[in-house]
Amino acid sequence: MDAITIKGLTKRYGDILAVDGLSLSVAEGELLSLLGVNGAGKTTTIKMLCCLSSPTEGDALLFGKSIRADTGEVKAMIAHSPQETAVAPGLTVRENLELIAGVHGFRGALRSEKIEELVALMGLIEVIDRRAGKLSGGWQRRLSIAMALISEPKILFLDEPTLGLDVIARSELWDIIRSLKGRVTIVLTTHYMEEAEALSDRIAIMRDGRLLVLDTAEKIKEIAGTDSFEEAFIRIVKGVSE
Amino acid sequence: MKMLALAKRNTKEIIRDPLTILFGLGFPLVLLLLLTAIQANIPVPLFEIQKLTPGITVFGLSFMTLFSASLIAKDRGSALLERLYTTPLTPLDFILGYTLPILPFSVAQCIVCYLAALVLGLDFSLGIFLAILFLIPIALLFIALGLLFGSILTDKQVGGICGALLTNLTAWLSGVWFDLELVGGAFRSVAHALPFVHAVEMERAALAGELSVALPHLCWVLGYAALATALAVLFFLRQMRKN
Repeated sequence: MDAITIKGLTKRYGDILAVDGLSLSVAEGELLSLLGVNGAGKTTTIKMLCCLSSPTEGDALLFGKSIRADTGEVKAMIAHSPQETAVAPGLTVRENLELIAGVHGFRGALRSEKIEELVALMGLIEVIDRRAGKLSGGWQRRLSIAMALISEPKILFLDEPTLGLDVIARSELWDIIRSLKGRVTIVLTTHYMEEAEALSDRIAIMRDGRLLVLDTAEKIKEIAGTDSFEEAFIRIVKGVSE
Repeated sequence: MKMLALAKRNTKEIIRDPLTILFGLGFPLVLLLLLTAIQANIPVPLFEIQKLTPGITVFGLSFMTLFSASLIAKDRGSALLERLYTTPLTPLDFILGYTLPILPFSVAQCIVCYLAALVLGLDFSLGIFLAILFLIPIALLFIALGLLFGSILTDKQVGGICGALLTNLTAWLSGVWFDLELVGGAFRSVAHALPFVHAVEMERAALAGELSVALPHLCWVLGYAALATALAVLFFLRQMRKN
């Protein structure tokens, strides 16, 4: 069974068509990147898949559960790390993890075990008792992803996970995301070409709410007739408007 | 029980904000001390301790609107709420999770005011316990207003609307600082159509042990608390769906 099957997903805001009849599927354990310029419909797609926003038309099945009809079951199997860091600034790193573990129903020893596991995986031990609001952007992003992972989601949605980070912090976060590949299905939005190319199994390029191409980075370069992924992206996105 | 995780977090955020302690507990206390000192030199019937203390406790609660609205507006701004919407928390969990932590803080504020008033000369009576009990629906009213404003305003707007406008409206229209009968006319009518003066009169009657006088005012307060809660739930759910 595919982890995600999207069928004709559409979102309109008044006259604006944010996502236009999107159809695609994501295999279990795959990392799919949604790539596009601002306003391409990436974040709107993620919000619909996370049950944060209702589709105007179409549906998506996450391990067979509809984002329209089975929102409770869908929410139980997903986690979302929004574009903003979305941490509680007045709480320490440990307390932030306790909060998310608590709202997912983890208690006592199980909760402590989960937190220790995530702290080790994300390398958060040195900031564990520091308030989240006082951390650098890179640490906040790590915490944000750790918060998303604590519920052991089957599908993880990462919306612009490295936005605004310096080169080193970005590289460290890439390593963390790579370490998750295969264990959890990941849908990641980005507008960094190199990020999509380095991390993804497949890449979906979107423009004006529509899916232009969905394939591996190598195949996309081949389709566009160039060795540079950035050039391939530009050719594909511009090709539509020409 | 999942709601308690959210409530616990909100409690920590509130008590770790020094402004909350300053305005929540310190400011009403300073007002009480200052006006009692003025009263000692220039006696004004309105500022006698048994009339002043209930008024100050109600005025102090207007800051609870600021605290609850700020918390929600900040969580909306930082996308923490967006993250929490994708968890198994239900709408009721959110409402209770943001309301319950502020309730004990409201009661604590009231107790601190009455303890200070006892030191300043208020006679001890069972009416004090009654006044603290009657304070709960007033606290719910102000917290619900916070949920409402926090759901529709940004963090910055909350500071202006709840921090400045609402606290001033509560002050002017409650009869704490001046007798509304002295102004009369439309001002008096408007004040009596709103819950603030009823909250103060109810607290004064409760402190005096006059239950029959307090009950009609309680109906006003409960009515407005129910209305504010219904609107808060409506707007909270609306922004949840809009996300």
